[in-house]
Amino acid sequence: MRHALLALLSDGPSYGWKLRQDFEARTGEVWPVNGQVYTTLQRLERDGLIESDEAEADGAQRRFQLTGDGREELGRWLQTPPALGVPQREDLVIKVMVALGLTGVDVRALLQVHRRYLVEVMREYTRVTDASPGDVNLAMVADAEVFRLDAQVRWLDSVEARLVESGLQLQPAADTSLRVLPHRRAKIGGPR
Amino acid sequence: MSVLELRSVSRSYGQGASKVAALSDVSMAVEAGELVAVMGSSGSGKSTLLTIAGTLEEASEGEVLIDGVAVATLSLDGRAALRRRRVGYVFQDFNLLSGLTAVENVAIPLELDGQARTSAHAAAMAVLDKLGLTALAGRFPDELSGGERQRTAIARAVVGERRLLLADEPTGALDSLNGEAVLRLLRQACRDGVAGVFVTHDGRLASRADRIIYLRDGHIIDESPAMLGPESLLTNDPRP
Repeated sequence: MRHALLALLSDGPSYGWKLRQDFEARTGEVWPVNGQVYTTLQRLERDGLIESDEAEADGAQRRFQLTGDGREELGRWLQTPPALGVPQREDLVIKVMVALGLTGVDVRALLQVHRRYLVEVMREYTRVTDASPGDVNLAMVADAEVFRLDAQVRWLDSVEARLVESGLQLQPAADTSLRVLPHRRAKIGGPR
Repeated sequence: MSVLELRSVSRSYGQGASKVAALSDVSMAVEAGELVAVMGSSGSGKSTLLTIAGTLEEASEGEVLIDGVAVATLSLDGRAALRRRRVGYVFQDFNLLSGLTAVENVAIPLELDGQARTSAHAAAMAVLDKLGLTALAGRFPDELSGGERQRTAIARAVVGERRLLLADEPTGALDSLNGEAVLRLLRQACRDGVAGVFVTHDGRLASRADRIIYLRDGHIIDESPAMLGPESLLTNDPRP
């Protein structure tokens, strides 16, 4: 958020309330920010990256502008690639890898629970973007989330394919206490 | 009455020890106006499901009903007529005839079914209009982009009195935005009263359906219910 606020101020001075509004609009209102904008503005001012001429007013009513240091910091940040070279601690990966080492876990059912959840979240984003067809910012931010989720679904698919290919035990042993997917009959459809 | 209903459908190939089950005890129903995604990996049985639903292949066991008519009770000619009149297909590679314009491609199923050229043409123009594709009517397939070709194929699949639209990885050859546009058009076609089923391995595309059925090793293992309204984002956590 720090650098997004610097970017917004690079167009010229702006009030706290306006910066909050613009931030939400530019990110398609996907990430609600609450009071975080004003706290971040305070920190940016403390660090000398922005300045304000109305120290008495509260964050929403103060008018902020970029300093020279702030403009330099923004340029540096835009050109610095995100730190993706190091594997992230990914909750889903950890859960699946732990499950693979446990007895009594139906791994394919577990993969399906996560797959279904991820696809459901994708459906939510699809719904929201379809409901606002002209909102390009929303579509781009939602796309980022959908592609991230899609990568996880693909990873689950590849885990399953690798397990099948390697002939590893996929079904639970006799103890099914950790079975995660309730048994469903195939009777699906009909009036909703 | 459902447009498509599969009742305990199984399909196997080979016999004895070499018998392979492609579909096992699959039951599902699809209503008019609904777009259903069948999601599964390669070998899950999703293409078999589609060819059986489209009467291109027979079930080894169970019943397939289209508009309430049990397909097994029809003669081969009756089945072919049902296919021509009621079922439309969309393939990954479009399958448009290169020597015909878009509108001629859309009209051809009707002409093959004995409809006069002028009325088939008028019906084809009507469906292109309805789907917002009027501008493509006079163009030949090689003058259309991949997305435009697939949109034309969708018009062809719903022209006339088609009730069931079946699509096999319909966006497989398209980039992300064109794929999205094709899925949107599929949904629009379904909203106009057609029942749609598409199979895909792609969760992103499946997420655009009204309902998702998950297939694995020939079995339905799970399904996602019909979609809620857009206000549910970040307020309804879909975690189980």
